[in-house]
Parts: sequence; C-alpha cells; structure tokens
Amino acid sequence: MAMADQAGNQPAFRLSMLIYDSRYRSLTIQAVALMLFMLAVAWLLSNAASNLAALGKPLGFGFLSQPAGYDINQRLIEYNNQMSHGRAALVGILNTLLVAVLGCITATAIGIIVGVLRLSSNWIISRLMTVYIETVRNVPVLLWIILTNALLIESLPKIASFRGKDPASDLILWDSVAVTNSGTFIPSPVFGGGSGIVIAMFVLSLIAIVFFGRWAKARQAATGAILPTFWIKLAIFIIPALLFFFIMGRPVTLEYPEMARFRFEGGYVIRNSLISLWLALSLYTGAFIAEAVRAGIQAVSQGQSEAAFALGLRPNKTMSLIVLPQALRVIIPPLISQYLNLTKNSSLAIAVGYMDVTGTLGGITLNQTGREMESLMILMACYLSISITVSVFMNWYNESIKMKER
Amino acid sequence: MKKTIIFGAMAVAGMAAVSASAATLDDVKAKGELACGVNTGVVGFAAPDASGKWVGFDVDVCRAVAAAVLGDSNAVKYVPLTSKNRFTALASGEIDMLARNTTWTFSRDVDLKFTFVGVNYYDGQAFMVPKALGVTSAKELDGATVCIQTGTTTELNLADFFRSNGMSYEPVPLDTNAENQKNYLAGACDVYTTDASALASSRATFENPDDHVILPEIVSKEPLGPLVRHGDNQWGDIVRWTLNALIAAEELGVTSANLAEMSNGTNSPEINRLLGTEGSLGEMLGLSADWAKNALAVSGNYGEIFETHIGESTAIGLARGLNAQWINGGLIYSPPFR
Repeated sequence: MAMADQAGNQPAFRLSMLIYDSRYRSLTIQAVALMLFMLAVAWLLSNAASNLAALGKPLGFGFLSQPAGYDINQRLIEYNNQMSHGRAALVGILNTLLVAVLGCITATAIGIIVGVLRLSSNWIISRLMTVYIETVRNVPVLLWIILTNALLIESLPKIASFRGKDPASDLILWDSVAVTNSGTFIPSPVFGGGSGIVIAMFVLSLIAIVFFGRWAKARQAATGAILPTFWIKLAIFIIPALLFFFIMGRPVTLEYPEMARFRFEGGYVIRNSLISLWLALSLYTGAFIAEAVRAGIQAVSQGQSEAAFALGLRPNKTMSLIVLPQALRVIIPPLISQYLNLTKNSSLAIAVGYMDVTGTLGGITLNQTGREMESLMILMACYLSISITVSVFMNWYNESIKMKER
Repeated sequence: MKKTIIFGAMAVAGMAAVSASAATLDDVKAKGELACGVNTGVVGFAAPDASGKWVGFDVDVCRAVAAAVLGDSNAVKYVPLTSKNRFTALASGEIDMLARNTTWTFSRDVDLKFTFVGVNYYDGQAFMVPKALGVTSAKELDGATVCIQTGTTTELNLADFFRSNGMSYEPVPLDTNAENQKNYLAGACDVYTTDASALASSRATFENPDDHVILPEIVSKEPLGPLVRHGDNQWGDIVRWTLNALIAAEELGVTSANLAEMSNGTNSPEINRLLGTEGSLGEMLGLSADWAKNALAVSGNYGEIFETHIGESTAIGLARGLNAQWINGGLIYSPPFR
C-alpha cells in the first residue's frame, strides 16, 4: 500500500480515498458502522411503536399523573394511595437509594475487615474468612435474600407474643426496642422547644472535631508528638451537646413504641424486608469487596511493610498508615463496580416484599396500568442514572487518591 | 406487514407483540398444544398434584378448551404465572389464554385490551385472621398488618376499604400465594386478604384450619374468568363458548355419565345442537362438530368440575352460593346454543 510517498505531494482528495487511503479508511468504517447502528436502533424503535399501536397501546406517559390507588408500607416521603403513580415511583426510587446506600456502607465495612483478616497470620481466622467468602459469593444473591428473610420471619418472636397482660416476649434495652418477625420497633426522637440549640451545638462540635483532627495532624508532622486523638474527639463529640441538653432542660425526648391493638405504634419501625435485603446484599457484596481488598493489599510490595516494621510501627499502624493507603489505588476501581452491582441487585427486593422502584413502578404500577414499555423505560433510566452518578462520584474519588506523580 | 422483533430486554418485558392480532386458532393448531396461563399454586383452582400433573377448577377450563380445539385434553402447556406477570404474558402472546383467578374489571378490559370471555367463579375479597386475635369483623382491623398479593385488584380494594372506613393498616406486599401463607402462618402479618375462594383453599392446606377464621365481610365483587387478548374474535368466541358449553351442559343435564349416550341424539334440540348431532355450531367456530362433546368428556359439566375440585365434598368445601345455576338461584347462566 502506497502511503509513504503520498505524504509528500498532497494529491487532491478523491472519493475512492475513503476506502483505499488508510488515513481515511478507519473513519469511513466507523461512520458506516455508526450509521448501521443508528438504523438498527431506529428500526427497533419504529417496530416497537408500530406493534404497540397495533395492540392499541400507543406510547404515553399520562398514566404517571393518575392516582396510584395502592399503599406502600415504607415511605421516606409523604405518600398515600390518592397520590399519583409518579409519586409512588419516587417513593420507590428513594427506597432503592436507601437500601443501596446502607448496603454500600456495610458491605465496605465487611469487605475491608474480612479482606484484611483473610490475610491474617492466624490460621483459623484466615480459613474462616476463606470459607465465608467462598460460600457467600458462590450462591446467587436471591437465595441469600430469601434465606435471610425466612430466618428473620421464622426465628424472631411474633408481634402477637408481645400482646396481652403477661406477654411471652419482652422489649429489650430498657423497654425501648421490640425485635419482632415483622420488623424492629425503635424509639424516635421528639424535638421540643430549645432543641435547636442542642442540635446546633452538636453540629458545632462535629466541625470542631474536623478542625481538631487537622490541627493534631499538623502538630504531629511538626513536632512528632502523638495526641490521644480518639479520646479527645469522643469527648468533643459527646460533652458539649450533652451539656446543652441538660442546660436547655432536656428538650429532646424519645417516643417509645407502644403496643396498640395489633402492632406497636409510635417510634420508628425498621421492617424485616429492609433488614433482610440490606443484610443479604451487604454480606454478598462484602465477600466480593473482601477479595478486592485482599488483592489490593497483596499488590503492595512486601518491602513496604518490612520497612514500616523496621521503623518500629506496630502491625495495625502499618496496615492503616502504610499498606491500606497504597492498596486503595488498586481497590477502588473494582469497588466501584461492586457498588453498582449492589445497587442493581437491590431490584430483587420484591422477593421479600420490599417496595423499591422495581416493586412500585416496575411492579404494581406496571401491572395496574398495563404500561410495560413506558414503565420499563423509566425504570431503566432510573437505574442508569443512579449507576452513572455512583460511578462518576467514585471515579472522582479514585482520581483524588491516586498517587500524585510529580 | 409482519415484522419480527429481536428486542433484547424489551422483548423480555413482553412487548414483542408479533402475534397479537394473528389467528390464535391457527397458531394453537400449528403448535399442537394450548399455552394456558394458570396460577402458581392455589389448591383446588390450579396446582400440581403429587405426581406433578396440574389439576384444578381453572385447569379444567384449559383442558376443556384444548379438547374442543385439538381433541386432546392433555395438549396443554401450563404456564404458571404470578399475579404480577400474568398480563404481560398474555399481551405478548406467550400464552393463548389465561385462566388464573383473574377479576374482570373495566380497566383490564378496556385499557389493558383483554377480552374476558365469561365468569367461571363469582368471588369477593375477604379477610382471614387467626382465631386467637379475637377479631369478628373486618371493621375492627384498624392498625393491622395485612399480607396481600401484589399486582392484584385485592391490593386496590384493600386501600379503598381501609380509606373509606377511616382506618390505617400496614401492607406487606408479596408475590405469590405461597409467600403470603408463609408470612401469615409465621405471624409476620395479622391478616391475609385475597378472594374468599383462595382463602378457603389456603385454609384447607393449613395444619390447623380451625385456628383461622374468614371474616364475614366481603369487601368487593370479584368475577373471575378466563380471558384472551383483544383483536382475535374467533379465538375469543371459542374460549367463551367452550366455557358456556360446560355451563349449559349442567343446566341441560348433560353429565360425564350420560354424555356418550346423549351424543347419539336426544329429543332435546338444544342438547343435539350442543353436542353436534344437529346444526353446525362447531363449523361456525372453525372447529369440529363434536367440539363441545370433547370439552365435556374431559371432566364433565361445570357442576361436576366444581364439585370435584372445590365443592363441599372437598377439603376446600366451598358452597355453590352465587355460583349455582340461575335456575337454582345463582348467577351462572349460559346464553342459548342456537
């Protein structure tokens, strides 16, 4: 192929060069491929639209503003059955986000602990962690969700056993928490007059903790003296807020769950559907994260920890100051995809009756309105945007902890 | 113009409506079997027996249609469907008909585009509670936890009932009858609500049926019947008149015992038209002349099917009630075979 000699005296552009000239050929191929792809998509869309029209179901999103007519047990925002399908979908999205966020946090904690312990020099502990990882991640997550739910339902006491004069089961933690097989009832805070000041104080002490942490770090860098930061931070965390709590005359009180005719009223309820989904997703994803953590730690050269030991750092300091920060660079990318997996796996929620967006929009709304195409399109858009948001954020975080090469 | 669709996820969603308006009768004949959507397991209505064979009140409707169309009552592919995915399966053409305790409502008929060909069981929504709870009326259920099958009319009726009575409740939405029973028996919910017939069916399978009571209130009308897609009237007619043949046979006194004898010709012109010895009703449907005879040969007439699967002699023990023939004061009524 003659390309070297053409570079010298630029010949006029001819159409045949789109194919025969390697400078343009790849562009041509890409353009053609793109056009074919667009045509295929257009054909699929028009096909779906014409088939839907033939069925007498033209595409339309008007159903979202019609009253939903069904109730949802777990609502993070105001909702009743007279509100619209759109509102019900929003309740579902928030429920999805709730379980995804809770799940990601606990899965990360489990993953880091298990991943580190798997490398432990203690034979029993490391083998136990291996068994945990291999059993959990080699069984489909749906089974874990159903199993957790079944265990909760069958093993915890019924609400009925809390009823009556001499109930078979009692509330725990000074009569404040009821663990039952339909959910755990906990007290909720009631904010009386003056509680604003207590909360403001609490926020101030959180800010103070951040500043104290920075100051202690700078001081250590400058002088080498180490402060017992944990205990000082704990004191800042508790003491001012507690002080103002008593000064203001205890404005924040607790509302305890009280047995009504059928169930506990007052306080908050954490339903078993949420607990089992949360627990199963965390344990499952945690096992994968543990493997990522182990890989990350093993990717850090042995010399690093040997050097740290030589400097006299203890094993836990070595781990937290030397090994983990370097391992994070390896851990974060697989961690992102585990977070995405967890979020997507949360769509199995209906197996335990948790009303996530798949349950509301993709379940009841789809079923009651018969709008399969529209519901699924919105559903896909929801998961897509949640996933993209997560990965954009995590990529930004990955960028910020990357080794800075100067 | 008939396009084929390979539509990835969306096809899975069941919108690949290729065969929506094609002739279902030809499809069924070409396949040699009837794809019939049934419940995932409600004893008496549709559930696999100990040998894995599907039996029940709704199953017999499928079998009768298969016998009428194909001459073989076993040429049925049973597709167990949850309340949530049943309509998608029917709309997409995955099944040819749905006989799955499905309530005939305006929006399912008009908006979801399904043809309900008749009613094979007049039902109503009721509540079951453990006797130990000491509840005697559904009006006392303020604050109760209620197990429901998600994606049903039950779910909407429940919301309406509690709202109109100014009561609150905690819904526990679950996918199948089995899940609901498990949660209810474990005490994770105080109440199980669904159609009264399904409650009776569930209760019959409990270890101690007497510990549970079905409250007297019937809070809704639930006319249950088989349904097909809009747009294929011939197929709709076949399913409709097969069901009517079962009903008319009971009224006319045609039973599985005297079927062979009666199909040789009787003095009653209507029985003769029904069984194909007179007139050409089968031909008008596009079926053989003995279509109704084949349908009746499967498990007898409507009354016999009722008694075999859910009647008072069975563990489920449902009385005919509203489902008696109109001549006995019920609502079961077939238009004339003429």
